[in-house]
Amino acid sequence: MSTTMGPDASTDASAAAPASRSPLGRVDWRRYIIYIGFVVVFVAFAVTLGDQGFLSTNNLLNIFRQAATISIIAVGVTFVISCAEIDLSVGSVAGLSSVCTAMAVSQWGVLAGVAAGLGVGLVVGSINGSLVSLLNIPSFLVTLGMLGIAVGVAQWITDSAPQPIRNDTYNLVFGGGNFGPVPGLLVWMGLFVAVGAVVLAKTRFGRQVLATGGNRVAAEFSGVRTRRIKFQVMLVSAVVASVAGMLYAGRLESGRFQWGSGDELSAIAAVILGGTSLFGGYGTVVGTLFGSLLISLINNGLILAGLDTSQQQVVRGAIIILAVALARRK
Amino acid sequence: MSQSEESVASRPEGRDAAVRMRRITKSFDGVRVLTDVDFEVLHGEVHALAGGNGAGKSTLMKILQGVYSLDAGEIEIDGRPVQLGSIQDARAAGIGMVFQEFSLVPTLTVAQNISLGVEPLSRGGLIRDREAVRRAREVFAEMEVEVDPRAKVGDLGTAYWQLTEIAKALSQDARVLIMDEPTASLAKHEADALFELVGRLTRRGISVIYISHRMDEVYRIADRITILRDGRRLLTEALADVTPAQIVEGIVGKEIEGQMSYQQRPARDGAAEPVLELQDVTAGPRVRGVSFSVGRGEIVGLAGLMGSGRTELARVLFGIDPLGSGSIRLRGQELRLSGPQDAMAAGIALIPEDRRAQGLVLEHSVRENLTLPLLGRMRRGPLLDDRKGRSLARDLIERFSIKVADPDRPVRRLSGGNQQKVVIAKWLGTEPAVLVMDEPTAGVDIGTKSEILATIRSLADEGMAVLVISSEYPELLAVSDRVVVLREGAVHRQLDRADIPDENHLQLAVQGA
Ligand SMILES: Nc1ncnc2c1ncn2[C@@H]1O[C@H](COP(=O)(O)OP(=O)(O)OP(=O)(O)O)[C@@H](O)[C@H]1O
Ligand SMILES: [Mg+2]
Repeated sequence: MSTTMGPDASTDASAAAPASRSPLGRVDWRRYIIYIGFVVVFVAFAVTLGDQGFLSTNNLLNIFRQAATISIIAVGVTFVISCAEIDLSVGSVAGLSSVCTAMAVSQWGVLAGVAAGLGVGLVVGSINGSLVSLLNIPSFLVTLGMLGIAVGVAQWITDSAPQPIRNDTYNLVFGGGNFGPVPGLLVWMGLFVAVGAVVLAKTRFGRQVLATGGNRVAAEFSGVRTRRIKFQVMLVSAVVASVAGMLYAGRLESGRFQWGSGDELSAIAAVILGGTSLFGGYGTVVGTLFGSLLISLINNGLILAGLDTSQQQVVRGAIIILAVALARRK
Repeated sequence: MSQSEESVASRPEGRDAAVRMRRITKSFDGVRVLTDVDFEVLHGEVHALAGGNGAGKSTLMKILQGVYSLDAGEIEIDGRPVQLGSIQDARAAGIGMVFQEFSLVPTLTVAQNISLGVEPLSRGGLIRDREAVRRAREVFAEMEVEVDPRAKVGDLGTAYWQLTEIAKALSQDARVLIMDEPTASLAKHEADALFELVGRLTRRGISVIYISHRMDEVYRIADRITILRDGRRLLTEALADVTPAQIVEGIVGKEIEGQMSYQQRPARDGAAEPVLELQDVTAGPRVRGVSFSVGRGEIVGLAGLMGSGRTELARVLFGIDPLGSGSIRLRGQELRLSGPQDAMAAGIALIPEDRRAQGLVLEHSVRENLTLPLLGRMRRGPLLDDRKGRSLARDLIERFSIKVADPDRPVRRLSGGNQQKVVIAKWLGTEPAVLVMDEPTAGVDIGTKSEILATIRSLADEGMAVLVISSEYPELLAVSDRVVVLREGAVHRQLDRADIPDENHLQLAVQGA
């Protein structure tokens, strides 16, 4: 880097940036670990599981389809984690949204269903955001509480019964059908990832999210309203999760409180695998997409390989820990 | 009021005030911090703001930046009365700040930091990063310094942080720059470059408010000085009209004699009895084969440029970073340090460089911070004996005359200098055999500095082996019995104090070709 201060500074300029932290000469491969990992695992499965149909179009589409809802949820969570917060309630918000949407669709039709689903996200997100930004309660605690509340409400209003959706238009648009040759779910995924990536990397809001996560005081001193930013990321995350819930409802033609349960952990794993810093300040939505694809890929491969559920869980956990250990900075 | 008359009298003719603060009064939780302070800066002037730790300098400046509201008083900028209700207000009024503690986002690039909050947008509302980089280049060109706008701030040294901050302020049309101890973590040549930059800025009519505890710097760049003591303005004078002794006396409230010059200590048996011996110590990329020893009762100064491996060596000695090869011996016994616990058990203490990040748990109370390394001594069965802790803390506060109203208040509330005293006191409570201090007087006022230097001397007199890392040559020369000069991770020279006639000699040894 051409950084000199004065006439006599050049002697020291190279020494001023610690050797371990001047990556300009070398590529910082850790940032790309998710892509490397994805390719390595993909090739490994292609070679070993080719005979079991791993490479068939159908199977490959399946991998995407299974990654879709998680990656949509994870796009929202990327904003939250980049901002040095966490959202544990996304999975149960998806469940609650699927239930409310299903009930509203049956009663009043598609538009009402969409409004009900988004309404869940707006309400939960506003509550989470207010508690975090106005009352300064750690987001970990707020959303841990909300996780329970959302599941509880979803169970309560349905008496724990599944809520079938018999509206074909709804099911078709929200994840059940194809848009032309492309499965609708993938279009939704592409849409959220594209918008999320641009917003985080290219808009003022995204920049302020990263600044708040990187050094809140500095951001505040630079004129960023960090409280508002924290509120907004919690809101975004819940609304995005509620859309994911609506997609669950469309694809599975019903709303159920169980939809999405446990997704918060997969989403967080995808975000961190993707290279977003758990401590905030650095985030990448495209990385997140590949994080969820990798998880889905591993699940798929392990099933094809004939591992039973318990073995799958162990192997998946080990791979995630390994990948995060490799991607760890410094 | 006699004070304001005096300030008018000392003002150079024919220049207008860029900032005028009148009768500023401010209290925190009912405690008066500033009382009726008048302060004025002219266009193109460098105005030094001096005073002891806790005198209220930073508070006065934070009021000017809109961070704190004022209880009473008024502020005029360019002759117009203003209300500075927020940071944004102050920025719009042309006040820029160069604060080290909390100014930049390390995960963003230089250009992104400079444009934070005022990013150039395309018509579609997207950030034009290339335009931001171009603007950053422009500002750096105006400042006549070279900084890569695409580098990530976290990867750069402190000197660049500062340049980035100055660029950020200038790019937002700041007319008044506030620099609060800007050289605290700069090497000498970096500080020189900063002073040249300040000269260029003031020639363009920009005013600089300069807070520093270093007298030589104040004389070098400032036109006038205002001294605060206990939250009141003591005097405002042109520097040509005051002597350093008067300033020191004004700040400290008493004369301090001879503390800042070397004092020949009674003959030591030290050299004959090495306590800490380093043999070919190598670790990481920065420490490459360092050998020297520190004797009983000896104070060894460690000099070198930034990046010469001084801090890294200290980290190895304290067991934070692993030893690659070579050996560290304490009283003849080879040490295997797998962590700071081992170093502490062996009797080594480290007073780290960055007190806010490494030295203190800012949210915890003064008492909790002081007793953290002493928990072993406070045990009663499986429990901690809080009464013991309280009395240990009280002893340390007294011994190091830490200015603290209540030991149970968070350490964050103390002024910078008093925080530093807490860090030192905390480690000396463990009564180590070897004390390693990394920039022990960063940010402390002259009075406290001379107290700290006196403390170092008396600890050595009691037999402690002391290793002092410092970028301030006068300080190294004031305490060291011997100076070891590091360059690029290895010992470049070892000088007996008696063989160093003056500061220039030492500077040559550190920097010379
Ligand atoms: N936010 C706060 N709440 C309570 N007290 C405070 C706060 N900020 C500063 N103080 C107190 O106000 C007094 C003045 O502090 P200030 O930081 O202005 O001193 P200073 O002159 O900058 O000292 P130093 O040279 O050590 O930086 C100190 O006694 C400090 O403890
Ligand atoms: Mg201060």
